[in-house]
Amino acid sequence: MARLDRHDPIKVAVTLENYLGTMLPTPSTSHVNSDRIYEPAEDSFLLLDTISSPTESAFLARRFAHNLEVPLVLEVGTGSGVVLAFITAHALEILGRTDVLTVGVDINPFACTATEQTVMQACRETSHAMYLGCLNADLSSCLRHGVADIVVFNPPYVPTVELPRLLTAEDSNLCAEIDAFEQESRLLSLSYSGGKDGMEVVDRLLDELPLILNEERGVAYILLCQQNKPGSVAQRIEDWGRGWSVEAVGQSGKTGGWEKLQILRICRIGVDEALGRRPLLH
Amino acid sequence: MKILTTSFLTCAVKACKSSPLSFPLHYKDAELEQSDIAYNPRFLINILPRIDWDAVRVTATELGFTVPEEKPELPALDASSSTDTIEPADEKTLRELHTLLLETEVREGKLVCGNCGHEYKIKEGIANFLLPSHLGEFELFPFCFLH
Repeated sequence: MARLDRHDPIKVAVTLENYLGTMLPTPSTSHVNSDRIYEPAEDSFLLLDTISSPTESAFLARRFAHNLEVPLVLEVGTGSGVVLAFITAHALEILGRTDVLTVGVDINPFACTATEQTVMQACRETSHAMYLGCLNADLSSCLRHGVADIVVFNPPYVPTVELPRLLTAEDSNLCAEIDAFEQESRLLSLSYSGGKDGMEVVDRLLDELPLILNEERGVAYILLCQQNKPGSVAQRIEDWGRGWSVEAVGQSGKTGGWEKLQILRICRIGVDEALGRRPLLH
Repeated sequence: MKILTTSFLTCAVKACKSSPLSFPLHYKDAELEQSDIAYNPRFLINILPRIDWDAVRVTATELGFTVPEEKPELPALDASSSTDTIEPADEKTLRELHTLLLETEVREGKLVCGNCGHEYKIKEGIANFLLPSHLGEFELFPFCFLH
């Protein structure tokens, strides 16, 4: 995101104009029922801003330019579908190409339906990536190993005393019989409750990441809040070894130097790259 | 759900992942619907290297489609290369693949694992991979077995 220099009004105007000029439209989610699906909020918008920022889109376009194989973007926990729709609609601006596949996963079946609609609406006019669909599943459980080139995850990161019980096949069969209010609040709670330190679901996804990410090109964007201790998460990834790098690439909600939300970019790095430089952590 | 999705799916049961029988998942009672998607030869050519052709042939046969025995070998295309040079025979294959993999949607039906036999339902175009509690949660809570 552009940094504004408040001491120089001309510079401010020019920077602001550049910034607004590059801003990509946010997909509409007016059809989303906020009683049972997480509505786009500050965290969703931080993901959109970060992924489409000049530095990140340049990074991604570079990373996916030399191999012509179609890259696959997986969003885990799509919710309203705003992030997946944004990436699908603006693949050319973000990845420098439109031969890109996008797929979503959510444990909440209503979120899957909402995502389908959000993506379809966002992709009506512009040239866009190929959207595969949204699968009703727990994290990446139904996907083959190594298929994801880019993983995007806005997890349930709020620290809570308890984690809601995950949805199972029985729940889908019983959907109609369960008390609607109770069911809706559980679905909504699944979208934000992170258990201890808000990290219980993030931890499970981090365990799956080395399996699901493409061995050469894989990149993941994971959003965390301050209570998740992003510094120690980054340290853990550094400890995975030389084949990985981690960097904080976006933050918001700065109050008195305290960053509320942060996005970690976790990357596979090739052998040559690993020998040439040590992963940097900012 | 587009048929191409099948190329990336496997059984959600952890123990099945190492079995070659868990890929591809097999369609059962599939109700298909044709949608209209813009033909994009560059996308099709560049997705081919990612596709397991034997698996596509299995899926196509199950759904009543036919695809060539051998995977079409076409050089990958970058953004600047023209798609006008594609041979008519390749063009025909690409159009058929476009219809099968991208325009054919499974609206209702099941996906079945060839290893454990578990059936995943597809409803209104969305596949449900949530496992019954006895299959899913023991991975998180092994002590469930003790009860």
